[in-house]
Amino acid sequence: MRALLARRSPRLGWFLLAGLVVLVVCPAVLSDFRLSLLAKYLCFAIVAVGIDLAWGYGGMLTLGQGLFFGMGGYAMGMFLKLQEAGPGGLPDFMVYNGLTEVPAFWKPFAHAWFALPAAIILPMALAAGLGVLVFRQRVRGAYFAILTQALAAAFVILLIGQQGFTAGTNGLTNMRTLFGYDLNDPVNQRSLYFVVAVALGGVFLLARQVVASRYGRLLVAVRDGEDRVRFLGYSPTKVKVLAFTVSAGMAGLAGALFVPVVGIMSPALLGIVPSLELVIGVALGGRATLVGAVAGTVLVNYARTGLSENFPSGWLYVQGALFILVVAFAPRGLAALVDLVRRARHGRRPLPEPVNAEPASPLLEPAAS
Amino acid sequence: MDIYVSQLFTGLSVGSVLLLIALGLTFTFGQMGVINLAHGEFIMAGAYTAYVLGDSLGAATSLLVALPLAFVLAGAMGVVLERLLIRRLYGRPLDTLLVTWGVSLILQQVARDIFGAPNVNVTKPSWLDGGLSVFGTPLPYTRLFILGLVAASVTAIWLYQTRLPQGRRMRAVVQNRQLAACSGIDTERVDRRTFFIGSGLAGAAGVALTLLGPIGPSLGTNYIVDAFLVVVAGGLGQIRGAVLAAVFLGVLAAVVEFETQASLAKVAVFVAVVALLQWRPQGLVALRSRVLT
Repeated sequence: MRALLARRSPRLGWFLLAGLVVLVVCPAVLSDFRLSLLAKYLCFAIVAVGIDLAWGYGGMLTLGQGLFFGMGGYAMGMFLKLQEAGPGGLPDFMVYNGLTEVPAFWKPFAHAWFALPAAIILPMALAAGLGVLVFRQRVRGAYFAILTQALAAAFVILLIGQQGFTAGTNGLTNMRTLFGYDLNDPVNQRSLYFVVAVALGGVFLLARQVVASRYGRLLVAVRDGEDRVRFLGYSPTKVKVLAFTVSAGMAGLAGALFVPVVGIMSPALLGIVPSLELVIGVALGGRATLVGAVAGTVLVNYARTGLSENFPSGWLYVQGALFILVVAFAPRGLAALVDLVRRARHGRRPLPEPVNAEPASPLLEPAAS
Repeated sequence: MDIYVSQLFTGLSVGSVLLLIALGLTFTFGQMGVINLAHGEFIMAGAYTAYVLGDSLGAATSLLVALPLAFVLAGAMGVVLERLLIRRLYGRPLDTLLVTWGVSLILQQVARDIFGAPNVNVTKPSWLDGGLSVFGTPLPYTRLFILGLVAASVTAIWLYQTRLPQGRRMRAVVQNRQLAACSGIDTERVDRRTFFIGSGLAGAAGVALTLLGPIGPSLGTNYIVDAFLVVVAGGLGQIRGAVLAAVFLGVLAAVVEFETQASLAKVAVFVAVVALLQWRPQGLVALRSRVLT
């Protein structure tokens, strides 16, 4: 068994080591507060894996992952609110807004068997629908990025506008129990951390399998030369729709995990700005490397917490500078550093061909040579 | 009847501001393949120009001074951005998008540090108080002024593109950059000019927006997404497409907002744009080309 795993991937050892750190070392070392912060970052990391799949490997820059994250989050939040209200009861904010009955579209979310799968399936369905409509017409590149951004913006405005159904700007708050467990209890928060960490591990392995498969190669091929792939007889539309859908599902899962961890789901977490913040982690870690996406996202969020605790306005400057410096001057992110180290260790052994999200640029060539 | 006139009018004036913003975007996108998310901050710069001038000159004259000044200021910011960053990123549109987003974050924070985070009001000149009455519908002078400003700007751009040699060069570069360069056109210079004009229009739009309501550091973000939808719906680099799309989306948003709720208008606009792309994937007015990708 071990030999089999080792043959399939020399880097599996690193994965196990990372798993050890996340599952054993961090819970042992970190305080309850820090650990639940880390759980939050790991939720974002799940979204980042999806973004990496769509953008890093598929070349589809999606600026609207907040939308899918939010759909998952609201599905989970609706479930929790209805659990709290009990059968026939109204969630608190509906009472404030003068509703007398739970709206019809809320009702199925009272059941775990509906709400939990819906948190993943609804985002995937929306992504698949949009993907088919857009990619079929060969709308791509910046057009696609703008459309996803506009959709996220529209979603947020809709959430804020429909206050009676969605609790408006405040979002869903005061979620205290999940399946009868008290969410404020540190022990349960710790268990949630493990759930999130395991989910991230699962998503990561799934993404790795996807990337390593024949389909993964096709995805990269579509990114680098969509028309050529089409001339070879494949359908780039199907390839792209699948990757986009999977990435939406990951964002939905992350949203559903985020709600019990943080205890809130509000439009402020979902709009244009948060959606772009999810992208910068992937860019920093190195697009088209899954480890990079996870590491970059956790790093960016740590920096964000640390900086905003000390210099509230400083974070925006740092974030802006990160976007400019990383994307313009180090498009391969931290992964390029790792490659440098590896090259130094292995002497002149040739490295695998580095992957660039946007080839055909003279700027990238020095890094690739 | 008068309800529809007033909705049409509101839609037109919303669309006209969007048009002013979208023109700059469609030029830079169509000509250089560049998505400039910092474009929204040029709007903000224009709006704050009007705010600062309003304080020092008084409302009566400041508007007329602010318009050209904001145009030049925002245009200069655009040229600096193009020279320093965007020029290095030609051929990487998605990367440009992310980099200019970083620029936009920084510019917003700068504005917040200088002018403070809360929105500010710019006093309107008294000669824009009141309005006309058409079929019993009040048409405020401020909105009429904006419509006039946009009409004048679009006409000026159209004349520039069709009558002046610089404008002809610009169209040549939009249509085929390599051939234009082969024919001896200094494409870098044309790019600079395009950036100046496009960003300047955003600055002027910012001044116009001070007439409609309070302004703040995140003014640009509120408009940039809609303006990009106008670009996507209108087709790249074409004035005609941008005008059609801006009027269409502006009126659609106004009507939906009136018939249902404001929060549904954005969704309706998005659905309309995706539906439009099913019919015309390249936007309303597309350049014919045999080039792939």
